[in-house]
Amino acid sequence: MSKDNPTLIESATFPRHVIAEIQRAAKTGIYDIRGFGAKRDIPTFDDLVFLGASTSRYPLEGYREKCTTEVILGNITIAGMSFGSLSAQAKESLGRGATIAGTSTTTGDGGMTPEERGHSKTLVYQYLPSRYGMNPDDLRKADAIEIVLGQGAKPGGGGMLLGQKISPRVAQMRNLPEGIDQRSACRHPDWTGPDDLEIKIQELREITNWEKPIYVKVGATRVFYDVTLAVKAGADVVVVDGMQGGTAATQDVFIEHVGIPTLPAVRMAVEALQEMDMHRKVQLIVSGGIRSGADVAKALALGADAVSIGTAALIALGDQSPEFDDEYKEIGSAAGFWDDYQAGNDPAGITTQDPELAKRLDPILGGRRLANYINVLTLELQTLARACGKSHVHNLEPEDMVALTMEAAAMAGVPLAGTNWIPGKGGI
Amino acid sequence: MTEINLEKSTIRELNEALQAGSSGDKFSVNNTVGKHALSVGLTTKVDVEINGHVGYYCAGMNQQANIIINGNAGPGLAENMMSGQVRVTGNASQYAAATAHGGLLVIEGDSSSRCGISMKGVNIVVGGNIGHMSAFMAQSGCLVVCGDAGDALGDSIYEAKIYVRGKVKSLGTDCIEKEMRDEHKKELQQLLSQSKMSHGVEEFRRYGSARKLYNFDIDQVDDY
Repeated sequence: MSKDNPTLIESATFPRHVIAEIQRAAKTGIYDIRGFGAKRDIPTFDDLVFLGASTSRYPLEGYREKCTTEVILGNITIAGMSFGSLSAQAKESLGRGATIAGTSTTTGDGGMTPEERGHSKTLVYQYLPSRYGMNPDDLRKADAIEIVLGQGAKPGGGGMLLGQKISPRVAQMRNLPEGIDQRSACRHPDWTGPDDLEIKIQELREITNWEKPIYVKVGATRVFYDVTLAVKAGADVVVVDGMQGGTAATQDVFIEHVGIPTLPAVRMAVEALQEMDMHRKVQLIVSGGIRSGADVAKALALGADAVSIGTAALIALGDQSPEFDDEYKEIGSAAGFWDDYQAGNDPAGITTQDPELAKRLDPILGGRRLANYINVLTLELQTLARACGKSHVHNLEPEDMVALTMEAAAMAGVPLAGTNWIPGKGGI
Repeated sequence: MTEINLEKSTIRELNEALQAGSSGDKFSVNNTVGKHALSVGLTTKVDVEINGHVGYYCAGMNQQANIIINGNAGPGLAENMMSGQVRVTGNASQYAAATAHGGLLVIEGDSSSRCGISMKGVNIVVGGNIGHMSAFMAQSGCLVVCGDAGDALGDSIYEAKIYVRGKVKSLGTDCIEKEMRDEHKKELQQLLSQSKMSHGVEEFRRYGSARKLYNFDIDQVDDY
């Protein structure tokens, strides 16, 4: 119903954004391509709350009693984002920020840049279907290798970098003509299933002297089976990316309609690991819509070893900043709404290859902002863990939480608040 | 010549020895019995002669080494090769030289489907026939086929060049026959000589990209 005219009723089936999309499709003849991640309302970690300590348990004192966060990989890692989708300055900022915060960052489609390697103490090298810029020398320079089978924003889909972002340097790194629309393959070119993946992992280990941990990243869909197969293929670390995970560019229909939310994905991944007696032996990293220390704490409590951030890291660097609101408006958007990462005209100078725009991001300042943000997440994580009486963040467990909705209770496998009922698992 | 017998040595010991080899060192590898990931990640100009059939990813990511396989090769032969030369006297399975960036791969026999998939600068010479979807999304480099090519050759090809002596069952989307100019004849002659193939360049036809899929065009929608 319109605020100004109560007789105007907006259709629930055809609200204005649906009408606008039909009109846009009719005008252009192409599906909507955009970046960012899923915008629809889905069950998230916000639907869970912690049961802070009280009579039955006692909490730990903030700042006084130790709550350890130390894990091998870092609790909050930076997800893979390509040079090409991001500017060289943005990649450098991510490396700097992760290094200050004592965590790892990750390359992306298109290969490793010297800026990124130089400023990242711990750098994970993504091994992607396109193999753009794939180079065994860089593989050996990496601290770990992440075999990407899928991405939460588009499980089953490949990358996309439209012509406006294929600058001479990006074209050279990817061995493609400048200015063409580049569509990365959606599956690896030299294997067809999990048995082959096991042999591929063997090859990568042989090439890198069995020194690099091997991650396998999957977009969250059939998580239980995918995690099981990844572990059986020999992964040291499994990364599960939920449907809220970001992307530089893909079809809107993909972002909003393929994959499952991060909330059930964590539980399914943990169940798979537990069934193989590999929980805490093979590390589990969860990503997709992680924004706060609360999200981190809830992911860890459900059994993840660490989380990974992408979109939130870009926002920490300055993406969506009100400082650029006028310019966002000039390109038909507004700070907080902008999602045309594929367009290459990012006012914040992050998702661009335009040298003038890219200059707007100072990598030293960007790195500092990202490190500050990761530190805040860590402090929030510790706050919640202490409130639950935990001396290590990994001591958080599902029992420390309840759900506010039946959907979240079913997905996360924790009781609905005020009951001991977990939908699908009995209880009253 | 250092001999490595895979009945006694492990794959790790083999690759460790080959990866530590200095330019000019010669190795012979025996009793391969189809093992995977043999002779991978080499970085120097060593000469490796492998006697027997090999499994997946033999010569993967090769840099500079000269590797001869006296036998057949499994899937992913010389995948992502950067430089050097790999020669197979028999046949090769799927995805030979997938995503390879440089060097020369010679397959004296036939090569199965997806030969040269996403190739990024490698040169491939196949003495026999190649399977379907070969040179799919091939970016650069040359694929020379002395026999016939299967279905959907060069589908979604970028700037790679394909030379075929025999019949092409069908061309993939955006792949067309192109004029064979002098520079192409010269390039092909060089590759044939390097590969020790005796066919005349006049017997070949050239195929490459029509470049109609490079940027989205609503009028090409049937090709997507």
